[in-house]
Amino acid sequence: MNMLAIFWGTLRDILPIVAIIFGFQYLVIRKPVKRFLKVAIGFFMVWVGLSFFLIGLEQALFPMGELMASQLTHPDFLPAMTEGAQRHWSDYYWVYIFAFTIGASTTIAEPSLIAVSIKAGEISGGTINPFTLRLAVALGMAFGITLGAWRIVMGLPLQWFVLGAYCLVIVQTLRSPKSIIPLAFDAGGVTTSTITVPIIAALGLGLASSIPGRSALMDGFGMIALACLFPIITVMGYAQIARWQSNRPSKIQPLSGTSVTKPHQGDTHAL
Amino acid sequence: MNFIHSLALQIKNSLRDLLPVVLVMSFFQTLVIQQPLPDTLALFDLALGLLFVVIGLTLFIKGLELGLFPLGENLARAFVHKGSVVWLLLFAFALGFGSTVAEPALIAVAARAAIVVSESGLIENSSLAQTSFAFTLRMIVALSVGTAVVVGVLRIFKGWPLHLMIIGGYILVLLLTPLAPAELVGIAYDSGGVTTSTITVPLVTALGVGLATAIKGRNPMLDGFGLIAFASVMPIIFVLLFGIVGLDLVAEGRS
Repeated sequence: MNMLAIFWGTLRDILPIVAIIFGFQYLVIRKPVKRFLKVAIGFFMVWVGLSFFLIGLEQALFPMGELMASQLTHPDFLPAMTEGAQRHWSDYYWVYIFAFTIGASTTIAEPSLIAVSIKAGEISGGTINPFTLRLAVALGMAFGITLGAWRIVMGLPLQWFVLGAYCLVIVQTLRSPKSIIPLAFDAGGVTTSTITVPIIAALGLGLASSIPGRSALMDGFGMIALACLFPIITVMGYAQIARWQSNRPSKIQPLSGTSVTKPHQGDTHAL
Repeated sequence: MNFIHSLALQIKNSLRDLLPVVLVMSFFQTLVIQQPLPDTLALFDLALGLLFVVIGLTLFIKGLELGLFPLGENLARAFVHKGSVVWLLLFAFALGFGSTVAEPALIAVAARAAIVVSESGLIENSSLAQTSFAFTLRMIVALSVGTAVVVGVLRIFKGWPLHLMIIGGYILVLLLTPLAPAELVGIAYDSGGVTTSTITVPLVTALGVGLATAIKGRNPMLDGFGLIAFASVMPIIFVLLFGIVGLDLVAEGRS
């Protein structure tokens, strides 16, 4: 794609937010912008950075995602099958392994997730371990993507999966500790970073266009949606397990009669 | 000197974001697939593209930290203290809308969606129709995030329970799904996850936490979060509605 066209396009993309911010600043709040030069340099960097990012995306991340999808579903790569037989969904096992690995590896190191999980540990009063929470989110994300890949292979309607996931979320919402609910919902959004989303989108579209009988339009989308929903489920599931585990010993030992239960690890450190 | 140091730190963070993707892909390429890359995809071009991604993401995030974030947070604080609910809601809408329009992941995915939709014949197969579909899709998603932030801010004011509202949103999604054209359902569901990345999350969270801190009887930990949850359900509803009502208009407008 033409580099100039991309630079021009991104300029139009960031103009609305520039107009909104400065409009409110000068017309409503009516105060001058502090350190105007620094702010102007910042907006210039946003413009150049966004353009470079989109160029790189078109040149590397999108083609790589689609190449992986087409190579992993190529007939030469899949196990040999007998003449005229239907291909079984389990033949695509490398696709599922790839989807799972990509989902887990991109999520576990996500900086915003690290920040959120530390906050969640503080809110829970120690019942929730930040690292285990990150693991729960990463597992949920990886499972969501893998399920999305399986759905594309099978050609099943996305609605069923989303409906099922929604029902699970609703049931868990009613049973989870109240304090974890907003964080759990946010965890779903946090997992999908700017780098992960295009890769997953390319993988889904690539899968749908290389598996016989699937269309990119009908089957290619939906992986991002599932990748966002399942972390909500695993985070609330983890919160329920953590509460159950911290409540159980307190029944055996009537000494800890406080409503805020602390994990044994924390107790031993305090002593 | 300080600036160069923080820029170097951001490059490190961008690399850490990209590294898992590259590692997993190279692992699969060398050990599982074991095939040479096709001619159209030279290794040099790939490396150059990845370099562009790292440089671009670094400049983008650093630029946000210099310009947009401090300005946006200052404005959010100023509006909370101003005390005018109407202006605050207006600002909340503008913040959600403006930050989503420039979201890199949304730009990229909307462009992809437009190509797929036009190839399938749902809209005309021309680059003009594709651009206009991608633009419309982004505007709808941005409008929906604006609305979502307004609803979220109202919730913080009134203290409405988050989970009941989200469940209500889910039910609306499920009711609208059978009515929408099947081709748009996948795109609609995905648009919910696309919106919540680099720009929107920090700006919107700053607004929510600032608001919950300023209003008496609200806990910033409990009430400040949850705006993102609205921002990921509302786009699904809006894109489905667009599929029901607006798709014909776009298709007719082109022909």
